[in-house]
Amino acid sequence: MLVKVFVTPRKGILDPQGRAVEQSLKSLGFGGVGAVRVGRYIVLELDASSVEQGRETVRRMCGQLLTNPNIEDYTFEIEEQETDPEKKADPKEDGPR
Amino acid sequence: MKWGVVRFPGSLDDADALWALNEVMGQEARPLWHKDEDLAGVQCVVLPGGFSYGDYLRCGAIARFAPIMKSVVRFANDGGLVLGICNGFQILCEAHLLPGALMRNRSLSFICERVNVRIENAATPFTCAARQGEVLRLPIKHGEGLYVAPADELRAMEERGQVLLRYTDAAGRERDDANPNGSTSAIAGVANESFNVFGLMPHPEHAVEAALGGEDGLRIFRSIIMSVERTPIAASAAASSRSSI
Repeated sequence: MLVKVFVTPRKGILDPQGRAVEQSLKSLGFGGVGAVRVGRYIVLELDASSVEQGRETVRRMCGQLLTNPNIEDYTFEIEEQETDPEKKADPKEDGPR
Repeated sequence: MKWGVVRFPGSLDDADALWALNEVMGQEARPLWHKDEDLAGVQCVVLPGGFSYGDYLRCGAIARFAPIMKSVVRFANDGGLVLGICNGFQILCEAHLLPGALMRNRSLSFICERVNVRIENAATPFTCAARQGEVLRLPIKHGEGLYVAPADELRAMEERGQVLLRYTDAAGRERDDANPNGSTSAIAGVANESFNVFGLMPHPEHAVEAALGGEDGLRIFRSIIMSVERTPIAASAAASSRSSI
């Protein structure tokens, strides 16, 4: 299965990167932008007997290494890969060519 | 006294720490290899500055799993003295030997300059050779030195006196423009609850000779020597006074 982990600075913790990006977006004229936080996206392949077991393993990975619970929050998604792993997204989604 | 300076892949300041201890201070300091588990009977372990494991994932996150860190954690839990400088401080936080964490500087820039830090608690093994409120001038060089900890934890740490160093101006006043990296409450160095583990972002090993621009870093090392050399004497004195009663 394919695991996608999204790590972001914990809410309420100062995120200097997020603040700098927010200021830059505003100075480019993007109105209505707020609470920008810059995090990390980790993708990994995992052999697990079930999605539930996979979830439990990923939670332990996040607690022990992938995140620092003092300063970071995380969410993750698990995709089972057996079904047509070669399937590509609609090319129209890839932008202009 | 016997010191060990841990060498991780990517450590930079290990040789400077060894120089400060051996050549400048006449101590018996030796390098400790990250793959070893033997602390060779040292009385204080120094985790030096640098970029251990390339700062991959988070600063200090990978170093925490080095074989020697198992022994360092055991040593610290048994009351052994551990000093973490810069990247060493980050490693101690990741290893949960110190509370809190270090994040990207608020300027988002790497900072290399001399700063002033005030001794907030002079009654610890790491600060006992300094005066309460004394201002030391020490160099910093880091990109991720902004100290954070949960608000309730921070309050408890302040009450227990675990904040040992705070960034101030030369006169010892807290000012926002004297806080180089935006650390919460201008915190530059913290100890654990039992005061045998200390982490700080400034580099005492780079301020041990006039030729380096200052000697204030000696205060930290002298404190450790004082506390180690005093402890066995105090203990034996207590034992003899008890037996005489």
